[in-house]
Amino acid sequence: MPKMEVDVDKCKGCYLCIQVCPKKCIEKSDKFSKTGYYPAKDSKEGCCIACLACAHICPDLAIKVYK
Amino acid sequence: MAEKKLMKGNEALAEGAIRAGCRFFAGYPITPQNEVPEYMSWRLPQVGGAFLQSESEVAAINTVYGAAATGVRCMTSSSSPGMSLKQEGISYAAGADLPIFIGNVMRGGPGLGNIAGAQGDYWQATRGGGHGDYRTFVMAPNCVTELANFPAKCYEVAFKYRIPSMVLADGILGQMMEPVEFTAPEVDVKTLVEPEWALGVNKGRAKRIVKSYDLKEGGVEIMVNERVKRYNAIEQNEVLFEEKMIEDAEIVMVAYGISSRVCMAALKQAREKGLKVGLLRPITLWPFPKARLVELSKRVKNFLVVEMSLGQMVEDVALAINGRSNVYLHAKPGASVITADEVCKTMDQILKKEAKEYAAAK
Amino acid sequence: MQLLNKHPESLLDVKMHYCPGCGHGIIHRLVAEVMDELGIRERTVGVAPVGCAVFADTYFNCDMIQGPHGRGPAEASGIKRAKPETIVFSYQGDGDLASIGMGEIVHTAIRSENITVIFVNNAIYGMTGGQMAPTTLIGQKATTCVDGRTAKQAGYPIKMSEMLATIDGATYIERTTVHTNVGVIKTKAAIKKAFQNQIDGKGFSLVEILSMCPTNWGTRLDNPSEATKFVAEGMLPVFPLGVYKDACAADKK
Repeated sequence: MPKMEVDVDKCKGCYLCIQVCPKKCIEKSDKFSKTGYYPAKDSKEGCCIACLACAHICPDLAIKVYK
Repeated sequence: MAEKKLMKGNEALAEGAIRAGCRFFAGYPITPQNEVPEYMSWRLPQVGGAFLQSESEVAAINTVYGAAATGVRCMTSSSSPGMSLKQEGISYAAGADLPIFIGNVMRGGPGLGNIAGAQGDYWQATRGGGHGDYRTFVMAPNCVTELANFPAKCYEVAFKYRIPSMVLADGILGQMMEPVEFTAPEVDVKTLVEPEWALGVNKGRAKRIVKSYDLKEGGVEIMVNERVKRYNAIEQNEVLFEEKMIEDAEIVMVAYGISSRVCMAALKQAREKGLKVGLLRPITLWPFPKARLVELSKRVKNFLVVEMSLGQMVEDVALAINGRSNVYLHAKPGASVITADEVCKTMDQILKKEAKEYAAAK
Repeated sequence: MQLLNKHPESLLDVKMHYCPGCGHGIIHRLVAEVMDELGIRERTVGVAPVGCAVFADTYFNCDMIQGPHGRGPAEASGIKRAKPETIVFSYQGDGDLASIGMGEIVHTAIRSENITVIFVNNAIYGMTGGQMAPTTLIGQKATTCVDGRTAKQAGYPIKMSEMLATIDGATYIERTTVHTNVGVIKTKAAIKKAFQNQIDGKGFSLVEILSMCPTNWGTRLDNPSEATKFVAEGMLPVFPLGVYKDACAADKK
């Protein structure tokens, strides 16, 4: 089951990943990180298709996609 | 009582220039002086002036060279690395006897350095910076009100003696906000008489040339020597400085710009502890208050130069004092701030004869 | 489970200072991935500009030089000519390349200097706080044109790719974008070609990349669609994507 994980230390809450995800697997977290951003959350269970769109667009290398 | 307005240093400099008759500005973004071109971009059109964000500081100084040749009061501003770029243009303006006005909001250097306020461009400002034999009239404000009012004096000297003029500030002064009183009289540009060398429509008169060259043998020597006469007149008539508690001082601090503010705090602190210290604040850096230092050095045993550089103005101080008294240096380069506590500690050491001199009394 | 997107070795694993949603981070990663894939990391020297990417010298995992505003192509020429065995890239913003550096980029292209230029065009000055850039759009607001750029006061945004393509010495010029996932993939391909050209000794290659600057465009940092919309609707019509020059050095007389 592919999945995408967000490194909350690196994520700056720009949400480009949310914008590009074709399956709407990513949501904003409602807890802010220690850097003061509301990071993106790991992909919803069973949603990710490992298209890598989020990984391509993330400016902060905060996303890891597994298959 | 004149109206006081809370203003940021850079904006006060821009507004002060406009009130002194500036009607053209060309510049380029560089931290920490961006508010100068930004302010000019909307304020100049309001008074019928023109603004240009040039493609570089080189282009900006050359644009101002052109505008100045038409007799218009104009200005360019930058910060240290950008000022380096302008040096050729300033040399040209000096060689063409054009009254341009320049603002330098110094930052840490050399190279890219940093973006904080420093005083590392003293040599560049007073020693030419550009090539050849010339001088620039340089004023060093130490508060936002002076930033606002010095442009008027700079334009007056620039046009009277046909010399480039400069306000030498730093990133702290440029960014700080203080109540400003515009005391210099506002210039009505309609009353300004066009200089008899100004280029423009030549109908009904002989042509004019603005240039800085003369290839005939002895030509440049003649040009420079004529300028030297004007430079001597400036040294006679236009020196400005401020003194505090000099009369019984055993140590006189010498500092300009933001360092003079630190020294004022150090002065207060030291006097409260019973130390007899004073402050001489050069306001014109060129012409430098040489004569006053010569006079003081006959009575004062110790001078402490305080500057945010590796020690640049100290050379002029030592030159003037010429071995009659001890010269000490408290200097920090790279935009590192000097504190009043540090200066007091140094003065303590001087009085205890524990400090190392920059130049000892003969 | 296999990790599909490893962190590129050519980029140090450090947090970058760029604003949320800025295109620089994407472009840095693409350059690094290309350096990895072409196996050139150990002989690459990069030139960092003055601008937001001034700190690129701390991010790329190869030798880096940081020099004066706009002079990157000149520095790159010096490095390449002194050490032809290196792969040299100049990474520049729109102020660095198209304003103060206009002379240097044009002449480096004229000389067909065998280097790679990464030109990040976000139509604004970032590092210095949002002043007008040579590529700022007509009507776009900036701190030195608070009511919007007018052609009368400041002329028209400069199309660098089109202009440089007229130079005989320019080998490969392409304009791409990173505001969409597809744009990012195409940008990487263009960057790879631009570096491959250098490896093959083909002469001057430049990729102009349209990029986002939410902070100085005044678009929301937590809603990237405002910035990506500005690229799509504002910038693309003025700066059309595509290949503007593609020639081989062997064909040049």
